[in-house]
Formats: sequence, C-alpha cells, structure tokens
Amino acid sequence: MTRVHDMGGRFGDGPVVPDAKGDPVFEKDWHARALAVTLASGALGKWNIDVSRHARERLSPKDYTRFSYYEKWISGLADLLVETGVLTLEDLKGEGGDAPHPLAHKAMTAEAVPSVLAKGGPADRPSNVAPAFVVGQEVRTTRPAANRFVDGGHTRLPAYAQGALGRVLLRHGAHVLPDSNAHGLGEAPEPLYAVVFPATELWADAESPDDEVVLDLWQSYLEPV
Amino acid sequence: MRRMPHDDHDHPHALLPPEPALRVKALETILTRKGLIDPAALDELIDTYENRIGPKNGARVVARAWTDPEFKAALLADATPVVADLGYYGRQGEHMVVVENTPEQHNMVVCTLCSCYPWPLLGIPPGWYKSDAYRARAVREPRKVLADFGVTLPKGTSVRVWDSTAEVRYLVLPMRPDGTEGLSEDELAELVTRDSMIGTGLAGGPS
Repeated sequence: MTRVHDMGGRFGDGPVVPDAKGDPVFEKDWHARALAVTLASGALGKWNIDVSRHARERLSPKDYTRFSYYEKWISGLADLLVETGVLTLEDLKGEGGDAPHPLAHKAMTAEAVPSVLAKGGPADRPSNVAPAFVVGQEVRTTRPAANRFVDGGHTRLPAYAQGALGRVLLRHGAHVLPDSNAHGLGEAPEPLYAVVFPATELWADAESPDDEVVLDLWQSYLEPV
Repeated sequence: MRRMPHDDHDHPHALLPPEPALRVKALETILTRKGLIDPAALDELIDTYENRIGPKNGARVVARAWTDPEFKAALLADATPVVADLGYYGRQGEHMVVVENTPEQHNMVVCTLCSCYPWPLLGIPPGWYKSDAYRARAVREPRKVLADFGVTLPKGTSVRVWDSTAEVRYLVLPMRPDGTEGLSEDELAELVTRDSMIGTGLAGGPS
C-alpha cells in the first residue's frame, strides 16, 4: 500500500480553481518564507530530495489532508531537522540554547543563492544496471505499488498505475532510485523510462479511448510482457 | 524488509505553534539564532522566484521554437542543453523534455505524487497545480479539468497527460495561434501563457 499523498485518479475533490492573471507568485508572505527556509535548510547537507519528499508524505493522513501546501513543507522540515539531529525537541519548543551550531559554517549565504540554484541537483548517474527495455516494448508495472526495501517506504510508482500494461515511449538514461535514496540505502541508479498507458488501461470509464497517460518509471518498477 | 523508524509516532512538528505563519516564523527564528540559516539568503531566494525566474523564460523558449525550425527540432530532440544555452538550467530543471501539441494530440503536465514543475522555465507552480483536485483529477479526467480552465479541445484531438514521477520535468510546446504570421519573437512570447506551457491553456487563449 502507498500513502495519502498518492491521490492520482481519486474521486471527490471538486473543481480545479484557476488563479487570476496578475495573482502574486506567493499568495501569502509566509508561503514565500516557508519555501525559502526549506531551500536554505537543504544546504546543510543532511538529506536529499527523496528524503525530503518522503518527510512530507509520512505526515499522518489527518495532517496531510488538513495542512495547506506550505504547512506540509514546514512540518516535514521540522520533523527532518529533529530526525537528522540538527535540532532537538527542546529547540522546537523554543527551549534550546542559542550557541552557534556545529553546522553553521554550511549555512547558505545570500551571495551563494544564484550559484546554488543554477547548479541544481542532477539525478542522472552512471549505472551498471543494463537497460532491459527498448523504446516501443510492452511492459507491465509491478503490483502492488510499494517500496521493496522498507515497509511503507517511499516509492514513485503511483497506485493508479500498478499492474498496468504500457509501452516504453522514451529512455531517460539511468537515474537515482528514490526507493533506495529516500532511506539512506544509497543512490542505486538504474534505467528510467517514460512509459505510456492507454487511459482505458487505467480507468474504468476513460474520457476517450484515444487518451493516454505517461509516467516516468524505473526499471525495477517494470516487468517484461 | 526494513521497518520505518519514524512511523506511527507523534511528529516533532507538533511542538511548533499550530498557526502556519507563526509555525514558519518560529522555525526561521530557531534556525537563524543557531546560525543555520541567513535571513538575507531567504530574501534573495524569495526575490529570485518572485521577480527573476518565472514563465517569461518558458515563453521565450516557445516563441523561439515557433520562429526557428532548427531550434525547435533541437529542443524536441534534447531540450536540456538547448534551454541551458539560453541560461535556463538549475534546480528543478536539470532534466528537461519538451512535448509538442499538434491538432492530433494535446499534452498536459501534472505531478500526482507531489508538485514537480520546471522551475527554471516556469518559476514556482501556482496554487491550483499543487491542489488535491488537480493532482487527483488531471490523470483520470483531463478533459473535465480543461473545462475548469475554459478549454475545450476540437473533436479528434487526443490527450496525453504526463505525470512527473521522476526528476524529469516536462514543458508543453503549445500550438502557435492562427493569424500571428507577421509577429516578432517578442510579440509572440506575449501570447505564451504559463498555462499553455502546462497544457491547461492554449497560447493566446484564456488565462
């Protein structure tokens, strides 16, 4: 089983409400602050993008549902800071000391911001896992959609696409495997593919028989047909 | 199979103030006092995404593709180095793929698992892109979602929805609007809306 964040295909969410032309990038000042605190904390080097995604996903379903978007970010960040030993529970309660932190030398400076953003964090890696599939080949996704290393762990195969029959559309080279990287088990890079599925394969009542959904899927999510 | 060490416990975040603006402020204050973040760096990050990196970048790429067939061919073949040459590379845009709308096929991008989005070309995603409704519905009923944006596709156009499940980021190359033959690249860029590059709008069309 996956978690509450895995909502693709879910019923009952109501209309999508587009924004208006000229709406600000950040609806509220604290949204901007939450994004910036999260990005700046990443510079401390205590986690990777897969760990941080998983920190948001394992908020309790109750919290995940009631929190707004940036509340999830800030809450996931607080949990990570404690779990990685950067902050203590006393610190979060406002009862910790103000002594300089051993990681303070890693703090992102204003001058470093452009270069940090420009550098990014590419996920492609050399891999000794040979590609098993070619473009055009039929493949089936594993079922159930689940992390195979850690019970309840991070995975990027959505439940709506588990056990589905598709066709390889693009090869992306080898990328870091989130299922491993989110849990400190190494980057374990392996081939990544864009796989196309007919909407009729995924949904009981597809809007049109010609429509399709494409997902980026790692080789270990796929089986030959 | 390992067990999750931090599952099913009280979460540390519950120790912060419940009101979200105060929760952010509290965490920022704690981290600043310990020297772990620099408020000037936060201001710089916010200014970057409020004022410097946004959908104008993607619009320039699209307008160039509309006017320069060689550029367009290179963009569709391997977008990452092509947009990097224009200065559009970096966080959340390390692996770019551009997908072309045609009369036969309309493309639309979503991230059902979180909020993946091509930051160097489009900036920070709008609220609706990160909403449960968009994430839940875009893959199952894209045409009804398009209707929420006032978009109806012609009969005979199929929809291909791209769910960004990895670090590859997708940008839609919308169709060039009819009657724009005489326009310059800069004028064309004005017609390229953010939503047309996500696939929830059409270039020159609504929103």
